Amino acid sequence: MSLPETYSSSIPFLALLVSLLAVPLILWSSKRPNLREFWTLLAAAIKFGLVLTLLPGALEGKVAEFVLLEIAEGIELSLRADSFGMYFALIASGLWILTSFYSIGYMRGHHEKKQTRYFASFAVSLSATIGIAFAGNLLTFIVFYEMLTLATYPLVIHSENRKAIRAGRQYLAYALTAGLLMVAGSGLIYMLTGSIDFEPSGILEEGMLGAGGMRVLFFMLLIGVGVKGGIMPLHSWLPNAMVAPTPVSALLHAVAVVKSGVFGVVRMVGFVFGPDVMVAYDLNTILAVFAGATIILASVIALRQNNLKRRLAYSTVAHLSYIAMGAALLNADGFTGGILHISTHATMKITLFFCAGAIIVHAHRENVSDLDGLGRAMPWTFGAFTIGAMGLTGLPPVNGFLSKWFLCMGSLDAGQIIVLCVFLTSGLLNAAYLFPVVYRGFFRTSEKFEGLGEANPFMVVPLCITAALSVVFCLFPNLFFGLFDLATATVDAVLR
Amino acid sequence: MDPWVHLAVAVLLPPFFGALVAVLFPARRTNLPWIAAVVSCGLAFFASVAGLIYAVTEGTVHYHLGGWEPPMGIELVMDPLSAFFCAVIAGVASFVFIHGKTVVERETPEKVIPFYSTALLLIGGLLGIILTGDLFNLYVFLEISSLAGYALVAIGDKRAPVSAFRYLILGTIGASFYLLGVAFLFMETGSLNMRDVAEIIPIAGDSPATVAGLILIVFGIGLKMALFPMHGWLSDAYTHATSTSTAIIAPIGTKVAAYVLLRTCFYMFDPEYVRNEIPLTTIIGFLGAAGIIWGSVLAIAQRDLKRMLAYSSISQVGYIALGVGLASPYGMIGAVLHTLNHAVMKACLFLVNTNILERFRHTHIPRFDRTYRIRMPWTMAAFTVSAISMIGLPPTAGFFSKWYLVLGSWERSNYLFLAVIVISSLLNIVYFFRVLEKVYLRTDGEPYDDRNEQEDLALKREEARGSMLFPVLFLAVGLLVIGLANAFIVTTFIRPMIPDGL
Repeated sequence: MSLPETYSSSIPFLALLVSLLAVPLILWSSKRPNLREFWTLLAAAIKFGLVLTLLPGALEGKVAEFVLLEIAEGIELSLRADSFGMYFALIASGLWILTSFYSIGYMRGHHEKKQTRYFASFAVSLSATIGIAFAGNLLTFIVFYEMLTLATYPLVIHSENRKAIRAGRQYLAYALTAGLLMVAGSGLIYMLTGSIDFEPSGILEEGMLGAGGMRVLFFMLLIGVGVKGGIMPLHSWLPNAMVAPTPVSALLHAVAVVKSGVFGVVRMVGFVFGPDVMVAYDLNTILAVFAGATIILASVIALRQNNLKRRLAYSTVAHLSYIAMGAALLNADGFTGGILHISTHATMKITLFFCAGAIIVHAHRENVSDLDGLGRAMPWTFGAFTIGAMGLTGLPPVNGFLSKWFLCMGSLDAGQIIVLCVFLTSGLLNAAYLFPVVYRGFFRTSEKFEGLGEANPFMVVPLCITAALSVVFCLFPNLFFGLFDLATATVDAVLR
Repeated sequence: MDPWVHLAVAVLLPPFFGALVAVLFPARRTNLPWIAAVVSCGLAFFASVAGLIYAVTEGTVHYHLGGWEPPMGIELVMDPLSAFFCAVIAGVASFVFIHGKTVVERETPEKVIPFYSTALLLIGGLLGIILTGDLFNLYVFLEISSLAGYALVAIGDKRAPVSAFRYLILGTIGASFYLLGVAFLFMETGSLNMRDVAEIIPIAGDSPATVAGLILIVFGIGLKMALFPMHGWLSDAYTHATSTSTAIIAPIGTKVAAYVLLRTCFYMFDPEYVRNEIPLTTIIGFLGAAGIIWGSVLAIAQRDLKRMLAYSSISQVGYIALGVGLASPYGMIGAVLHTLNHAVMKACLFLVNTNILERFRHTHIPRFDRTYRIRMPWTMAAFTVSAISMIGLPPTAGFFSKWYLVLGSWERSNYLFLAVIVISSLLNIVYFFRVLEKVYLRTDGEPYDDRNEQEDLALKREEARGSMLFPVLFLAVGLLVIGLANAFIVTTFIRPMIPDGL
């Protein structure tokens, strides 16, 4: 099979740049909140539009490429909008629009301070995420990966209390260590192959390193991306980072940041090591063991969390490893399922976090045990929460069913009954930690919330949209943006 | 004769002339000394950049002073390596001088003229060390710069004379070692000209005297460079000197020693020989690695910003030594690029330190708070950029020198150095984010609330004056530019430097 056709286009770069350009405008209009939020919304809309213009080309299998400059001797800062990058960029930039609306409702409803810093950092984070999605080689990936770390730091420490600062330190320590290991690993790959460009089915070949060396290299890169991807035992920054405002938890700590981690895992597996090397050195088994353990352990820990956001955070940790597991299966169905789970988990988890945020702002409740009867006061919010919960459990007609179906098929295909059991058990555990929330909201009664009513439409409308998207993407996975085609195109390229 | 070859001497002369001009009108209070300093360093900078371009395009310039032919006469050698180092030193010094105008007048009102004159002698001496092609002449310039350096350090707070004295004793020991080493080499080869020596050594063969000479030179220079464990003089000398003295000496003083190290180990001797036969570069590399960790750990322990930066210098010099120690092309690229990066970063950081000192009258980190950011937003922004570069995060300059050092470590399969680079970056995060947290956040453990917001709004901006702000911002932006342009710098300037034997 020939390499995908590439054409030169500055659109990937413009898509990256637009939210960076919004930053000075946001800072400049710090005294006029409405104007400031207008810039965010404008940037979000333009960014999504730019990404969309790349879609037809990507669906035809053409790759838009843009080389900005030579970033280090022999290595270019190159952006390539291949099918997988497009897939991630579409999800991140699309959900940013909804999150921006939601942020306005949340931040104002919660009377948060330093909103200018918040919106500015958010914009930088999105630029970095697009950069990660479109990164054409490891060094470009690292540049944006570190940029994302720095840009999300101000969001984690937003409230500036002791807990937040501690979470921020932990986050930096984890993420920057990871980045350094990735730098070291990329250095080795560069010395070995003379190239660190992502290529479908990998740039490393068997025999380049001994078995031990290859495994060490794999661990370096896996830790590098696995920290952001929350693979146990590297996950513990994530639940603590929930001190950030809820829209941050929703978009960054359920979609952009953590997904760039697992996006990185898939990139490493499919585009750096490649299926052959993965199998030859048992690297897929290593990945599967860590991912499987994470899925089960994180789900069990989630059961014990009373704080709703922390419960969701542990659930995120578990679901991120679904994606890693899908990549580790290394067959068509498993890989497809893993990649699909990036988008399906994104819409479902963002819905759940949006609901949690609406509950915090409107009903001032953070703990699951305090939610009795709230569903009657906030039916839309809890309705959306129910849809999200169904999806994560894997029930049709929510899109979680779709990705989980592929994952299960993939594990059967690979003859991995243990993996199948992991997925099924985790489905049950999902139900066990999410449905109590639904049950308390709708079926328990309490006097406390009478006449409370629904939250601000700025928050309720986005969360209903994401819930609706979750259903639509199950029934018509190709409907709007050809997400399913992009996923299968990626799989074809990697496993050709 | 091609007129451009005079660039070699054009780099060297302005600082010495400037030093003389500065003392012309001692009776009147004029800006003359300051102007002389800025202009002469600026001229030296432009001459070195022109010389660098000339050396890269046309080849190395050998300039025979007074028309005397080497090896009897003294020659100046302007090749890519020396021109590059001259450009770094003169460039950084010009910015520090621009910044120094008001600071020097306030800190040492009685000694403005001697300050600029001595500082220019220091710069002239350093440029001389770099340009000369003669081993003994190098010693002369070394002494010129060192004596000027001791004097500059001694103009400082109450404890400055003591630290200057210590610096003097150790510096003299270093210089004596160097001279002794030169004597050994002279005995063996009968020549003081570096090119000559380089040609004779392989013929003269492997003799203990040559090896001893090289080792003595390296350790004498290592002392000047504050290579671990010979770094003891540095922290006190930097801490107690006046702000501008430190800002002049710290970014560039140790770099020149690093240059001599490169010159002797890779150009005068055969790099293969130095690496394999003596394992001298390996020792330098290990000392550098130890210095990286030790300096970072001590930097974390400091409560004073200036002292913290001084210890961080010890650690950063370690990176350069580590690159030299790798004795590989990427290692050398990393070392040379880090010289440039660290000079710019450290100059920027010390100037920020001065701005803080001028505004708040102290640099005691525990007393920093979030009002600093509101009162001096641009200074703090510059601090943040240089801190990020010191940690080594892309796309700032600091990341890329680390990248090349990482490549070099893999090239030599030196896993220890790799680990050191990773660990030291983590330590850098600790001591820089400790300051950043103080400056940007409410750190008493309570959440940022309405009252804080009111307080913050009531604060007025009290940014440093233009002459102190411009150099800081320019250097900070420079870090980003160097970072993005590093590939250009490496391929155009640093690649041609790498000697054949490496």
